[in-house]
Amino acid sequence: MAEAAVAGTKEQSTAGKAAAQFVKNLWEENPVFRTLLGMCPTLAVTAAVKPALTMGLAVTFVVVSSNLMVSIMRKGLTPHLRILMFTLTISVFVTIADLFLKAFVPDMSEVLGPYVPLIIVNCIIIARAESCASKNPVFTAVLDGFGTGFGFTIAVVILATIREILGSGTWFGLRVLPAWWVPWTIMKLPAGAFITLGFILAVIAYSHGRKKAA
Amino acid sequence: MTGFVELIVVFLSVALVNNLVFTRFLGICPYLGVSKRVDMAFGMGLAVTFVLTLSATLTWIINNLILVPLGLGFTKYIAFILVIASMVQLVEMYVRKFYKGLYKSFGIYLPLITTNCAILGTCLFIDLWGYNFIKAVVAGFGGGLGFTMAISIMAGIRERLDLGDVPRPLQGAGITLVTAGILTLAFMGFSGMVR
Repeated sequence: MAEAAVAGTKEQSTAGKAAAQFVKNLWEENPVFRTLLGMCPTLAVTAAVKPALTMGLAVTFVVVSSNLMVSIMRKGLTPHLRILMFTLTISVFVTIADLFLKAFVPDMSEVLGPYVPLIIVNCIIIARAESCASKNPVFTAVLDGFGTGFGFTIAVVILATIREILGSGTWFGLRVLPAWWVPWTIMKLPAGAFITLGFILAVIAYSHGRKKAA
Repeated sequence: MTGFVELIVVFLSVALVNNLVFTRFLGICPYLGVSKRVDMAFGMGLAVTFVLTLSATLTWIINNLILVPLGLGFTKYIAFILVIASMVQLVEMYVRKFYKGLYKSFGIYLPLITTNCAILGTCLFIDLWGYNFIKAVVAGFGGGLGFTMAISIMAGIRERLDLGDVPRPLQGAGITLVTAGILTLAFMGFSGMVR
């Protein structure tokens, strides 16, 4: 009886830990804003909200599936072949995601172009495989994958929202700013991506600094 | 002769006009991570150039002579990343054996090139643009040099920036990104030079 209770609390605590990790990945340790991983797609696909959202979901799919696979085979991984196995697993799932996008949302696939296959070398996914999935049971790993994926999605959508509204006066293709608004073309260009992300980081650092001081 | 001019155009287009870092957002991680000191940035740039030229050549051969004729185009990504990973491994072994000093200064950055999106990205873009063999080699080399230039300039600016009075919240990654944005604006002057 007592044993069962202990096992119960133990299970609960793993579940609790997994849930805590999930929430932490969403904002506190947001892969883009806090750890600065996966910069290339973050900057490249955020000129408008729709491709950014598509990219976010594709990354979520890949990180969840690769975390699942890596966690399943974590006992059989040898240290020196580890990274190669991660990369191969990830590239299989990226190929699936790419073919899926080509088949069902061809226009988005066109816009994203080579940035979908580039998910393979997205450091976020390898980082999660290495630091979480290869050490934790399946449930924790999958939840961690969802947290990371949604955290990434939130980040790119925030960035894309700012850039699309200021750069074209629209959001998700809908007009939000009045017609007299002169679009800031620079926001659609690469320079706008760098500068916007720079200032978002500054705002986050500022609010963190205040929280610490308070 | 026109062939030669075309090659120069490809080179300039990849190195300056469509610079990997500034217009394609490729290789941003090392661009932000390894750009604290000029000598390290330059070394990283050279390592990338070397691996990129070799991988562009090899992936072109594998894609066009093996995968496409066999109708295995869909395994492209897996094949490319395998080529790049083994390429990096080979270069690392070679450098460790013959250039000890260089190996020490590269440190962790050499294996990190595997996950540098500039390499895989360029190979994929070359495939997308439908370049022929010689153009692919030139594009790989030019892309590498463009990356070296971008990361070295950035490191030069950041060495100065250390002495500057940067607002607290912007310190670190923030000011680096804003600097990168302004640098990108400067490089936009090249756009329109080729097509």
